Amino acid sequence: MKQLMLGNEAIARGAYEAGVRVSSAYPGTPSTEINENMSQYEEVYSEWAPNEKVAVEVALGASVAGARAMSAMKHVGLNVAADPYFTASYTGVNAGLVLVVADDPGMHSSQNEQDTRMLAAAAHTPVLDPSNSQECKDYMKLAFELSEEYDTPVILRVTTRIAHARTIVELGERVDLPLREYKKERKFVAMPATAIMRHRYVEEREKRLSEAANTMDINRVEWADKEIGVITSGAAYNYVKDALPNASVLKLGLAYPLPEALIKDFAKEVKTLYVIEDMEPFYENAIKAMGIPCSGKDKTGIQGELFSRKIAAKFAGAPEPGPMQTPDIPIRPPVLCPGCPHRGLFYVLSKRKLTVCSDIGCYTLGALPPLNAVDTCVCMGASVSMAHGMEKALGKESAKKTVAVIGDSTFTHSGITGLLNMVYNSSIGTLIIADNDITGMTGHQNNPTNGRDIHGNPAPKLDLEAFCKAMGIKHVVVVDPFDLKELERVVKEETSRDELSVIISRRPCALIVKQPGIPYFSDPELCRDCGMCLKIGCPAIKKVEGGVFVDATLCVGCGLCAKVCPFGALGPVKKGEAI
Amino acid sequence: MIGIVIAGVGGQGTLLASKILGTLAIEHGYDVRVSEVHGMSQRGGSVITYVRMSIDSPVYSTLVEQEQADAVLAFEKLEALRALPYLKPETGTMIVNTQEILPMPVITGSAKYPEDALETVKAKAAKVVEIDAIGLAEKSGTSRAANVVMLGVLAHSLPFSHEDWMKAIELNVKPKFIEVNKTAFEKGYAFKA
Repeated sequence: MKQLMLGNEAIARGAYEAGVRVSSAYPGTPSTEINENMSQYEEVYSEWAPNEKVAVEVALGASVAGARAMSAMKHVGLNVAADPYFTASYTGVNAGLVLVVADDPGMHSSQNEQDTRMLAAAAHTPVLDPSNSQECKDYMKLAFELSEEYDTPVILRVTTRIAHARTIVELGERVDLPLREYKKERKFVAMPATAIMRHRYVEEREKRLSEAANTMDINRVEWADKEIGVITSGAAYNYVKDALPNASVLKLGLAYPLPEALIKDFAKEVKTLYVIEDMEPFYENAIKAMGIPCSGKDKTGIQGELFSRKIAAKFAGAPEPGPMQTPDIPIRPPVLCPGCPHRGLFYVLSKRKLTVCSDIGCYTLGALPPLNAVDTCVCMGASVSMAHGMEKALGKESAKKTVAVIGDSTFTHSGITGLLNMVYNSSIGTLIIADNDITGMTGHQNNPTNGRDIHGNPAPKLDLEAFCKAMGIKHVVVVDPFDLKELERVVKEETSRDELSVIISRRPCALIVKQPGIPYFSDPELCRDCGMCLKIGCPAIKKVEGGVFVDATLCVGCGLCAKVCPFGALGPVKKGEAI
Repeated sequence: MIGIVIAGVGGQGTLLASKILGTLAIEHGYDVRVSEVHGMSQRGGSVITYVRMSIDSPVYSTLVEQEQADAVLAFEKLEALRALPYLKPETGTMIVNTQEILPMPVITGSAKYPEDALETVKAKAAKVVEIDAIGLAEKSGTSRAANVVMLGVLAHSLPFSHEDWMKAIELNVKPKFIEVNKTAFEKGYAFKA
């Protein structure tokens, strides 16, 4: 049966058909839909883990136990999971172990453009790089076979344009694999004596794989005119086929290790050799190191996404595409939704002119105008530890003007150890947990703080207050971020203390728990055009001549605007009243 | 090769339109690829979906690029203006829902909503269809069917029959919403600019 499938959906389908039994992940764009789709297969145990390190260890445990297992994550998730991953390369596997890692060239929804191929090479593990959804599915099955044949974890690497594109896929059946027998093996105990032995194995394995890569079907030459030869893979392959239809192409399905003999043979046949790849000059540098003249990155650079017209311009002399931005029109950045609980929190933090170390999630949007409330955002959990670092650098008085803000899901991902550090090292800082009862930005996944599992079934719920108190924190206060007066009082009180405090700013995500829904309006008789309501940055409130207008189609009736209006001009529309 | 761009604001529900187009393509033996945007920009930012289909050659790239779109389906006026560079200069059709959603820089007063957005689009695009898709969708039963009203307009630019579209709608919406979506499609199909 043929159907149009999202790359991520096809990856999950491939894993299912390959007989995967265990899938553990933490959500992250552009990888989230992989584990969401895994949870639809009854034959597979799937879960949301608190972070990627935990997820990869779960998958490794399942693999050692004898079940095919996987973990999907975004590129920066592999940094979190790098610790188990680098050593899993030494331990090897029992049943197949595959990590799916989704890179984000162009940073559609990420904080950097790191290239997973480089991390995988550093760990000496093979990487597959599919170009469409059919290959996502096929390569996923191949990844499990390679993992078992070569006793190694395998990475299937995708980029946003593969993960989030729908292309045609032919479905297959699930293979019913028995569990592999579990045996107590020395290789799974990574201590010096075994690791020394296994590192030798890793080196030998890589040579064997590199040799085998020369004859793998997924590394294939498509001969055409031999004036230009292109070595490429992944999404870049698609752009090359469109932009340089006459060029001969060596398509790499295995991005690492590289098929040296195949590359040398191809290079010999073509007059000019280009290497066209998204992100880093990963192939290009390796091919140059083989002593083969080639070029590519000097023309495209490493930043941003490749696309067909860019390749046609840089490599075939086609006219340079003009700017895609229409000049002089306002940008439309993402915004906190109408009714978002984070709006009240950042309004107060902005008003109090605090230094705010923020974190990864919807609430990063508190950085944008008009709230402008955020000073730092780096990686999952950094809010907590960076605020602590600022305190230790600048002293107690600075700590009273600084807060860390982290979401409930991000707190369980990587904030807990930072908070423990604050406790242990006598911080007087203030951590605000923005608890909206969901993992929001990635599209509403459940997490350990909201009492539901991946299927939406009841699960144990972490009691954040009790947890913080058990860590030894005396001042733990829960406040509703839409009670602006109380929130401001609490923030003022807790930041001025000479002791560590945690404020739990608690209100569910407005997209999950709906507001009353009665839209507000501005009474022109009462409005003095002071602009206070515009400071909360609500997309439903527009500035008009002499006052404001509330767009009833966008307003969800949260009432935050009425709380900041000094003149009582904003209120809910009464029944039967014209807007 | 047929290239279609669907431009809108996060939350407007552009996904159903691309799904229906994908179904039409597959059912008629086309190769087809659709590129979507997930994640951060879905929170009220500009979102863009690309659909590429071809009957006589494989589709490789998932992106419709500058001056490659046979049609742009714009769910909002400013987004129509933003997506204008995608349109094929001599032949492309721009279908614009006349809704206005103010972006945050306009709300905060740091930028102005271009009042002449539609005029600029009309001056540059070969063909422009302005339509109050929300109004027509409401008449069909729900404002949420505005996307299907827009497809009704688009249908005249693509090589699929009225019956094909009806079947694709049936395959992509829940049974209880089929009738309202079919009515919405008819309103767009009958729309005269």
